[in-house]
Amino acid sequence: MLKINYFASVREQTGSSSENLELPAGVHTVGELANWLATRGPAWEILQSQTDVLVAVNQAVSPRSQTLGPDDEVAFFPPMTGG
Amino acid sequence: MSSNTPIHVLVTDQDFDLAAEYASARADSENPGAIVMFTGLVREVLGEAASAEQTLTLEHYPGMTQKALLDIAEQAASRWPLQCIRVVHRVGTMEPGEQIVLVLSSSAHRHAAFESAEFIMDYLKTSAPFWKKQVRGNESYWVDSRESDYRALERWQQKSGSAR
Repeated sequence: MLKINYFASVREQTGSSSENLELPAGVHTVGELANWLATRGPAWEILQSQTDVLVAVNQAVSPRSQTLGPDDEVAFFPPMTGG
Repeated sequence: MSSNTPIHVLVTDQDFDLAAEYASARADSENPGAIVMFTGLVREVLGEAASAEQTLTLEHYPGMTQKALLDIAEQAASRWPLQCIRVVHRVGTMEPGEQIVLVLSSSAHRHAAFESAEFIMDYLKTSAPFWKKQVRGNESYWVDSRESDYRALERWQQKSGSAR
């Protein structure tokens, strides 16, 4: 199962903080997962924005082209603002 | 990317004690000639609603935060001859004037200590999974990332391999 986390403004917009999901058929990369999630409705379309939403796979920031394994941990979040 | 520099990284919802952190940095350093201590504070947001009660809430990605901070500290340790690094970052809700982040860096000489502390802060701003939410009275908003923070990073990327 994929574990997907959503943080900060992305969590608020999607209304979800985390979920477990079987890797959907036809989804191989982070970008494809974002597109698949975006079909849930307008609140989820933000995930497709490469400037507004960053992605981490297994707790490391990753490009949209990153290939996903069936048990990966994925996170969607806005650009970081620590310090 | 490994070094023998003692690295201490902490993410906490508690305030930290500057004197105790400094003493630990000093104890961890073998023969320090310079210790730089940077403290970041929660600033009051000025403006029309300035009189309203303000708080800043820091959200983070628990699994990743510690790792990201450690990675940044290790990059600094491989780039400068450091004797110790300490990073403390708070999460949760804070009020103006509270301490939010601490970076301590020690070295034989001041340049390495100054530069590495700045490097760690610059990377931490854009590469560690923290998000700030500002609350003022009844309104709240997520703090936007700043273009200037990304420019600060580019400076270090251009300098890569120099500055010892």
